[in-house]
Amino acid sequence: MNTKSINRLIDSAKLLLVVVIACLLVSLIILSVSEEPGVAISSFFLGPFTSLRRIGNIFEGAVPLIFTALAVTLIFRAGQFSMISEGSFFIGITGAMMVGIALPLPPVVHPAVALLTAGIFGAIAAAIPALLKLKWQASEVVTSIMLNYIIQFFALYLVNYHFREPEASSLASLKIAESAELPCIIPGTKVHLGLIIALVCCAVLWFYIFKTRQGFRIRLVGDNARFSSYVGIKSALVMVGAQILAGFVAGLGGGVEFLGMYTRFKWTSSPGYGWTGIAVALLARRNPILVPFAALFIAYLEVGSGIMARSSDVSAEVVDIIQGVIMLMIAADALLQGWKQRLIVHSATEGGKA
Amino acid sequence: MSVLEQIFSAEFVAMWLRVATPLLFASLGAVICEKSGVVNLGLEGIMLCSALAGVVGSAYTESLLGGFLCGIATGLILSAVFAYFHLVMKANSVLCGTAINTFASGFTIFILEICTGEKGNSSSLRSFSFGTLDIPLIKDIPVIGEILSGHNVLTYVAFVMVAVIWYMLYKTPLGLRIRAVGENENAINSVGISVNKTRFIAILLCGVLTSIGGMYLSMGYLNMFVRDMVAGRGFISLAANAMGQCSPIGTMCSALIFAFFDGISNILQLLRIPSEFVQMVPYAATIAGLVIYSIQKTESEKRKRRMLGKKVANNA
Amino acid sequence: MSNPALSMKNITKVYPNGVVANRDITFEVNTGEIHALSGENGAGKTTLMKILFGEEKPTSGSIQIGGKEADIKNPQDALRMGIGMVHQHFMLVPSLTVTENVILGIEKRKGLGIDYKSAEELVGEMGRKYNMYLDPRAKVKDLSVGQKQKLEILKILIRGAKILILDEPTAVLTPQETGELFSELKNLRSQGFTIIFISHKLDEIRELCDRITIIRHGETKGVFTLDDITDEKLSQRMIGRDVQLTIDKPECKRGETILSVKEVTVSGDGEKPLLDKISFSLHSGEILGIAGVEGNGQSQLVDAITGMGPYDGGEIRFCDLIIKQGEIRKIRQSGMGYIPEDRMTLGISPSLSVTENMIADKINESRFFSRAGIVKSKDIDDFSKKMIGDYAILCQNGEVEISSLSGGNIQKVVLARELSSSPKLIIANQPTRGVDVGATEFIRRKLVSLREEGCAVLLVSSDLNELIGLSDRLLVMYGGKFSACFKSLSGVDGQILGRYMLGLDHQDESEISRSAM
Repeated sequence: MNTKSINRLIDSAKLLLVVVIACLLVSLIILSVSEEPGVAISSFFLGPFTSLRRIGNIFEGAVPLIFTALAVTLIFRAGQFSMISEGSFFIGITGAMMVGIALPLPPVVHPAVALLTAGIFGAIAAAIPALLKLKWQASEVVTSIMLNYIIQFFALYLVNYHFREPEASSLASLKIAESAELPCIIPGTKVHLGLIIALVCCAVLWFYIFKTRQGFRIRLVGDNARFSSYVGIKSALVMVGAQILAGFVAGLGGGVEFLGMYTRFKWTSSPGYGWTGIAVALLARRNPILVPFAALFIAYLEVGSGIMARSSDVSAEVVDIIQGVIMLMIAADALLQGWKQRLIVHSATEGGKA
Repeated sequence: MSVLEQIFSAEFVAMWLRVATPLLFASLGAVICEKSGVVNLGLEGIMLCSALAGVVGSAYTESLLGGFLCGIATGLILSAVFAYFHLVMKANSVLCGTAINTFASGFTIFILEICTGEKGNSSSLRSFSFGTLDIPLIKDIPVIGEILSGHNVLTYVAFVMVAVIWYMLYKTPLGLRIRAVGENENAINSVGISVNKTRFIAILLCGVLTSIGGMYLSMGYLNMFVRDMVAGRGFISLAANAMGQCSPIGTMCSALIFAFFDGISNILQLLRIPSEFVQMVPYAATIAGLVIYSIQKTESEKRKRRMLGKKVANNA
Repeated sequence: MSNPALSMKNITKVYPNGVVANRDITFEVNTGEIHALSGENGAGKTTLMKILFGEEKPTSGSIQIGGKEADIKNPQDALRMGIGMVHQHFMLVPSLTVTENVILGIEKRKGLGIDYKSAEELVGEMGRKYNMYLDPRAKVKDLSVGQKQKLEILKILIRGAKILILDEPTAVLTPQETGELFSELKNLRSQGFTIIFISHKLDEIRELCDRITIIRHGETKGVFTLDDITDEKLSQRMIGRDVQLTIDKPECKRGETILSVKEVTVSGDGEKPLLDKISFSLHSGEILGIAGVEGNGQSQLVDAITGMGPYDGGEIRFCDLIIKQGEIRKIRQSGMGYIPEDRMTLGISPSLSVTENMIADKINESRFFSRAGIVKSKDIDDFSKKMIGDYAILCQNGEVEISSLSGGNIQKVVLARELSSSPKLIIANQPTRGVDVGATEFIRRKLVSLREEGCAVLLVSSDLNELIGLSDRLLVMYGGKFSACFKSLSGVDGQILGRYMLGLDHQDESEISRSAM
């Protein structure tokens, strides 16, 4: 067995282990808190498949996660730890809302302009921590998280003071023009055109990261920044570029989610897709082609937890707990390394004898 | 009363110290962690879980001490998980911390609902809070008494902790090891001290301090737990530690600066500014603080470099 | 008479990347002797000692200390059994004081805090006893290299070590410091300590040691009493065959000036500059060697020329380009190739594939392997296959992670990348360090054939045979300046060079500057 197939074997085993542990943990939590664990467990695991609408829910739920996970993938690939995808996503929602409400445009053009605006807003947001680091080495981790809070309040301010529905009792924006909405693509569900856009983004970013010169530079910089400088790459600029592109993708995702699923802005706080995107990106091993599968898995857990919360006495937050555990385990580089080492030693000593 | 008058009042100073307390605890925790060479992004989640554990623990044991122990234990457990995954399983510390935070935001609401049936706050639980402390004699001095006396016990503890942590870091064997492991872990290893064990202890100590900071929020600052009540204070503490260059005194000063803007935002609510902007102030101040600190640091490095260049030129 | 202080039996070590560093090694040291452990760079000496000191776990094998089976899991175990190690790279904490560094891990308390007073007294007293006194309150970052080494030895003596391992201790020392160290070590031997001295410098080994164990390719090649064996036999055992001093190469056809370095200065942290007004020039078709004990300014010089580091005064001109820090892309476009000393952190991207590492510099330039920003995978694969063949790189295929390759093969990948862009100038910094014999010979031949094609080569090396064999001209660096320049290498040998490298001899400055041009 060569090193590459050993790596692949270990990776798959780890993924399987994480999924199994996640499912076991869900069951364990339910068993320990629920009066009727049978109902809860079955509604969690089987509930999502009981109707077309619910299966549709999984796909709808995966769409925003695909975008934020792609953004996280780009950022992590460049060796950066900006947490801006949350903020970029939320400001993207806001951008799409502004265009959707305020600009009268014909169909097709309207969502296109709205999505472009969303992406640009997201990119601008992501540029801030990236540039602060480029110019003065301010830690992008902390500045991006602080910026997420600022963006959240800024978006709420815009809705509250400029786009608020005067009739509504709680915070809600005006209705967006119908011409801006993304059409539904599977009758009987709410699955919308955004799913196609998301999948196209995955393919494009896979191509970008693995088949273009700029993508290669990003991978070089992320793997060994000193080496990339040594071969003549301006590492700092590549890092900034990757983060801005990531911001665009996350912002675009915000726009897609808003135009596909909502007619009004009703959030009172940032929805957290950026953070969940980290779990998805890690689960997909930072590979855009695997992102949809990871997003569907997490979305499945979320739909399941929602159904369970409605049909039993266990609350839906179980899924956040699970996400934390999944992130921990996937990030654990040393997990199963003992086994890997034994396989490598085995193949090396075999080779030595041969 | 104008805003300026408000700021220069004794009440403002008192409030300032109040909002500084949780930041002080968590940023002192961050100092210990960072000195040992670990960036603990999980402070936010640890504070949140301890805030809830303190409330729930005190309600169920019907004692303040029970709640306090519950909160500390929660902080220790989460820190141990962070430490195990980061040190033993070699997980990246940023990802580890983020995982802890994700876990905490779900876990606290999950437990809150089990205990109270609600997802918003713990007002239906009969929990205990830390009391205030009147300092005899001083409390009777006008203005000064108002500023120095009558605070929550934990506020005093926080300031005492600055000195305690300083002593621990610079005068005890443990502190020596923590400082050494952060600067050159090979050095520690070569004299037979376990790098991981030293860091593990540092992370646990950080966990204790951070969880006290969390409990102050739900058992002092307010008298109940509210979902997501930490609101970025864990991250702000990390920024305070970076600005304070990882020294207890410096970090205390930066924590006080950030707390000042937190306090200001409370006063600005009186003005006719949209509340969203007021709420942004602490976060914007943190970014500004970090950036100013970083600018000054890069500039001083440049200056040093130039000076050296000049010196060589002069010698030549 | 023989009374083994320690014996390591049948030690085998396989690293996680599959590299076999030690294969069935047996190593014995007697009480009260200074025992040399010798072999080429990368032979496995350091790995073996790290196993003894508990820093690496052997894959198989056993260790006995004082006749008793010993299970050394970590350095703490090793120290408890009386084994201490002074590493090649110092294990000190710069911002702490001498005392703090010494007592780290064995701190005595007074009340809650550390009893600094008695600790400082102890450090002073031990220093005097072993003739290695240091100011207990000095900060380590203010100490000289020699003082730091004393501190390292004090550290392990205070911990009660009876067996001292010193890993190439003289590599960073001045001649005086080396002399001092040797008398200190002899003094320790007379007090009953056992010392393992890792080195590949035969003259030092002869002066200091009683016996020698030679390792090559991770295997033991014999144990000798030094009085009983000649230098020729020793070097034969170490290198595996007679040292080939001359590599066949035709007459030098010196062409136009490719690189000119004028009065270049690099300042350091202290008063003394790391590079002090260095001037020389390099011509096409010429190999210019740079000799010197490590840390005399070679790395600053290489950094400045390649644009990786700063310089504060003077001018470096490469063809028509004036070199500035950070403008590496321009420098590379003008035709400079660079084989870095630190290949694992600077020369490769460890988790990318062999192929990707091979094309990393070319991907920057649109004329290679891409159209409109999109890479042409087929062209890249063909290129990679050709390079793997041309450079005889041992790997399953171009797709494997480069970090799974052995040191020699990784260096060949670096070479393949740097030499395939038809460079006008190659900066080769320690090109054969830690590389196996076969690859070493390959690399040397490659450098000579480049010179034939009219390329200029700047060769920085600590291997004197390599320098003498390959160079057309040779500069010797000492303390940030040149101490000698040889226009012709005939009659020059290691002993002559050694005197200039250690600063014992100096050529006349004006003579140097004339022949350096």
